[in-house]
Amino acid sequence: MDAKEIIARRVAQEVRPDTLVNLGIGLPSLVAHYLPKDVHVFFQAENGVIGLGPRPPEGMEDPDLTDAGGGFVTAMPGAASIDSAMSFGLIRGGHLDMTVLGGLEVDERGYLANWMVPGKMVPGMGGAMDLVSGAKKVVVAMVHTAKGGHKIVPRCTLPLTATRRVSLIVTEMAVIEPTDAGLCLRERGPGVSVREIENATAATLIVEGEPREMALN
Amino acid sequence: MKTAITADAAAALIPDGARLLIGGFMGTGSPHRLIDALVKRGAQNLTVIANDTAWPGRGIGKLISARAAKKVVASHIGLNPETQAQLIAGELEVELVPQGTLIERIRAGGVGLGGVLTATGVGTLIEKGKRIIEIDGKQYLLETPIRADFALIGASKADYFGNLEYSLTAHNFNPVIALAADVVIAEPHTIVPVGVIPPDAVKTPGVLVTHLLERAF
Repeated sequence: MDAKEIIARRVAQEVRPDTLVNLGIGLPSLVAHYLPKDVHVFFQAENGVIGLGPRPPEGMEDPDLTDAGGGFVTAMPGAASIDSAMSFGLIRGGHLDMTVLGGLEVDERGYLANWMVPGKMVPGMGGAMDLVSGAKKVVVAMVHTAKGGHKIVPRCTLPLTATRRVSLIVTEMAVIEPTDAGLCLRERGPGVSVREIENATAATLIVEGEPREMALN
Repeated sequence: MKTAITADAAAALIPDGARLLIGGFMGTGSPHRLIDALVKRGAQNLTVIANDTAWPGRGIGKLISARAAKKVVASHIGLNPETQAQLIAGELEVELVPQGTLIERIRAGGVGLGGVLTATGVGTLIEKGKRIIEIDGKQYLLETPIRADFALIGASKADYFGNLEYSLTAHNFNPVIALAADVVIAEPHTIVPVGVIPPDAVKTPGVLVTHLLERAF
């Protein structure tokens, strides 16, 4: 199982039935593949659909039905199409149960940076700032380190996405919960020791007892 | 009753240097024939206000590649390397606005509000130069209204009065920008007799539409 699959499988366990969930583009979008078949969830694509479905068959795409990355999708029975004001009203207004986003850095306060690397990469924040500010639960899904560089750090060096503490950080090495006291190590990745996690983390981790290994099915 | 005009005639109405609100999300729901006509006319120095700049060869991305814009106001430019290259080279001014804030600023401009208060962006780079207003102990940024000279709309269907209907995720910014410009040009996929679009399905009342583009084929 590669890092992305471990992360997606673990995040899928956070999804509760009959909730409204927004998955970011890239790694977070993989989460949809690992939900139990009997769990019904409304996925929101912030460009304007509640009830996002999988890719349509080749040659049967609808040019007016795409996801936030511009890729062709379908809509599930019971879906609703909405404009951007309604879509972000849902997000900012506290109607979105959970959002899963990628991250460049997360720090000991639980603050996320994920929208620009000054001078190098300026993709823009898209909906990320609204999602982190407004969703009931914010899960960061990212690989633990980038090319050997730390991503879980004492203080973010990159521009922040929001000054709201995220709910959970899921990597292939660890599940970490930001709390008032700091970053608590809750679970270890498959075959990973606490020592290895600490070595791959620039931030201080609070470890209580022996954190259990992720139960991936 | 509207008179349908050609895309070239519509592009001729839009002078160089104009401020444009353009509908679409990664090209879905954009007025593609109008954009092509603006590129063909060789439009210059436009200010483009839209969710994103799609990607090279797609929707608003064509205006960027043609160097028709001097300024872009958008939430996301990450899928268009050309926009990022022009930004980093100092050839294009880009104002990044969180997506939910962008749509509400446009809505404010269109519905006669003096601005909106949002928690999105508090404590980030976005708050720079903005007033912070505290309401019931919570901090909000004062975000100002956005209007433009023209709104260019992509719609699914129009009737002879200019009433507009949209399809699925092609709504996005379109119904909102229709309120926020001095001149509104709508590009529908099809035009139908009055009465074919049921009143409940009209998302943009025809009274808002200044010009209707002629049928596509």
